[in-house]
Amino acid sequence: MSKARSSLARTGAVHVALIAYTLVALFPVFLTIANSFKSRNAIFREPLAVPTPETFSLIGYETVLKQGDFIGYFQNSVVVTVVSIALVLLFGAMAAFALSEYRFRGNTLMGLYLALGIMIPIRLGTVAILQGMVATNLVNTLTALILVYTAQGLPLAVFILSEFMRTVSDDLKNAGRIDGLSEYAIFFQLVLPLIRPAMATVAVFTMIPIWNDLWFPLILAPAESTKTITLGSQIFIGQFVTNWNAVLSALSLAIFPVLVLYVIFSRQLIRGITAGAVK
Amino acid sequence: MAGISKPRRRHGRGADECAHFERHRGCATRKPVRTGQRPMNKREIMMDVGELKRPRRWHILVFLTPALLIYTAVMILPLIETLRQSFFNTVDGEYTFVGLGNFNVLFGDPRWAADFWNALRNNVIFFLIHMAVQNPIGIALAAMLSVPKLRFSAFYRTAIFLPTLLSFVIVGFIWKLILSPIWGVAPYLMDLVGLKWLFAPWLGRPDSALIAVSLISVWQYIGIPMMLIYAALLNIPDEVIEAAELDGVTGWSQFWKIKLPLILPAIGIVSILTFVGNFNAFDLIYTVQGALAGPNGSTDILGTLLYRTFFGFQLQLGDRSMGATIATVMFLIILAGVSLYLFVIQRRMRRYQF
Repeated sequence: MSKARSSLARTGAVHVALIAYTLVALFPVFLTIANSFKSRNAIFREPLAVPTPETFSLIGYETVLKQGDFIGYFQNSVVVTVVSIALVLLFGAMAAFALSEYRFRGNTLMGLYLALGIMIPIRLGTVAILQGMVATNLVNTLTALILVYTAQGLPLAVFILSEFMRTVSDDLKNAGRIDGLSEYAIFFQLVLPLIRPAMATVAVFTMIPIWNDLWFPLILAPAESTKTITLGSQIFIGQFVTNWNAVLSALSLAIFPVLVLYVIFSRQLIRGITAGAVK
Repeated sequence: MAGISKPRRRHGRGADECAHFERHRGCATRKPVRTGQRPMNKREIMMDVGELKRPRRWHILVFLTPALLIYTAVMILPLIETLRQSFFNTVDGEYTFVGLGNFNVLFGDPRWAADFWNALRNNVIFFLIHMAVQNPIGIALAAMLSVPKLRFSAFYRTAIFLPTLLSFVIVGFIWKLILSPIWGVAPYLMDLVGLKWLFAPWLGRPDSALIAVSLISVWQYIGIPMMLIYAALLNIPDEVIEAAELDGVTGWSQFWKIKLPLILPAIGIVSILTFVGNFNAFDLIYTVQGALAGPNGSTDILGTLLYRTFFGFQLQLGDRSMGATIATVMFLIILAGVSLYLFVIQRRMRRYQF
């Protein structure tokens, strides 16, 4: 009896601690979104209150949408992220297949070479990357960003995907070979559909740093027409520091897509992290 | 464990070898895999491969080329080129090899050295604060989440991980607003718990700005140690815990004596990820404190120093060679950390396999 009670007390304490930290984690996000829908006076008078009909105001969003080209920034971010993820998945899966399926001279070495990029950040090569982009006239194009992000995402993608490809049954592939499928058909028709869950995990992992990156947009594509949402809101907020409505609305607009995607993919992501950690 | 994994790998190879010659019709008909009369003898396969002449397997090249090309051209070559440029500089208007000259300037020249050592010191403090705050909180959260049959644990996990997904820009500005004395959210909240007298404009003071920025970064990244350690805790088999309980090891002593040693590898991974991330950090400081990493350089770290040096800022002109030199120093620091982890820590760490 006393043991049951003490375990109940312990569970209670655990809940209290977890709720407390959950508040710490969510409060700033809540504060930003709630205040972005309030009038300027209300933001300052009662920062912690949720918007009520009296204090509700969209003035911040109006300013943001009028002043900054947020739709354009958003499009740029989507294009860069989607194309990079597609390339990382396709090329990463192809390389992972080659490394896990065939034995050839230099296989291990190739794997190590590709794994280098997991630990060494691509940022350190920025000086020469910028020179290369200048030489090829790619500065201020989305292509430059896509190339960099593809290179950045490939190492981890190859690593994770080849782990998964080793689990695809050899019998299935051999059956395909006997049926006369080419190696390409085996890859695209048999193997790729089977590793879709792993591809989703890799996609989420690849997406977060690309969507959130400030460094490369700032350096490679700072022009108005190629700004990503992260850089766009950074500059916009920098200009409007005193317009609190606009700043809070811009922040909320930047949070929103991440929030939606997270709600959709959180299970996938968390499973990916917890499964990947074991290896 | 090792006993199981070895033959499995050899089996995998056997199947690979078969794959090569199966495309020769002869092999496939002579020894069809699918008939399943008996499992193929590995020695037979090895002999067959030895006899057959391998055709060029172009598809391997096709599969590997795109990834290798982009990775090499955009990541590896620029990295090497950056390292190379750190040995060159413009002397009397001519671009020449200066050996370790740039490094001498960076470490010893009064115009550079003060900034560099300041940034390096701040970066080390930045990292130490992460290790000291992020790991214990992360372990505590993970330990609480892994309490068996805990309700709402999925919700807690999802919520606590959310900040990790936000961009530095969002996180930086949100905290800048919250800590701002103009808005007064932070003093108001501290008043609620009777600590208002403690409040100060932390981000604006040279002695507290670095700590404040580090803690913002910890707030953002706590999800990663939490998740990795949580996964490690879940992987501890029930039998181990049950055995401990039978021996009377429960509660705190169970955590310290049984679980903590078992999750040390996960803590190692978290630490090296934090190390690489911290010595490569830039975005958060740039967002919160600007490229000058004020007040008075007190939050300047290697990433912001590299940015200012390479691209120039306000009156300072961009300097390609010194930028490459700083990037090289960062590369060496990260390489040293990663090697230390891979070759010393990871090897010495005792791994328990179940």
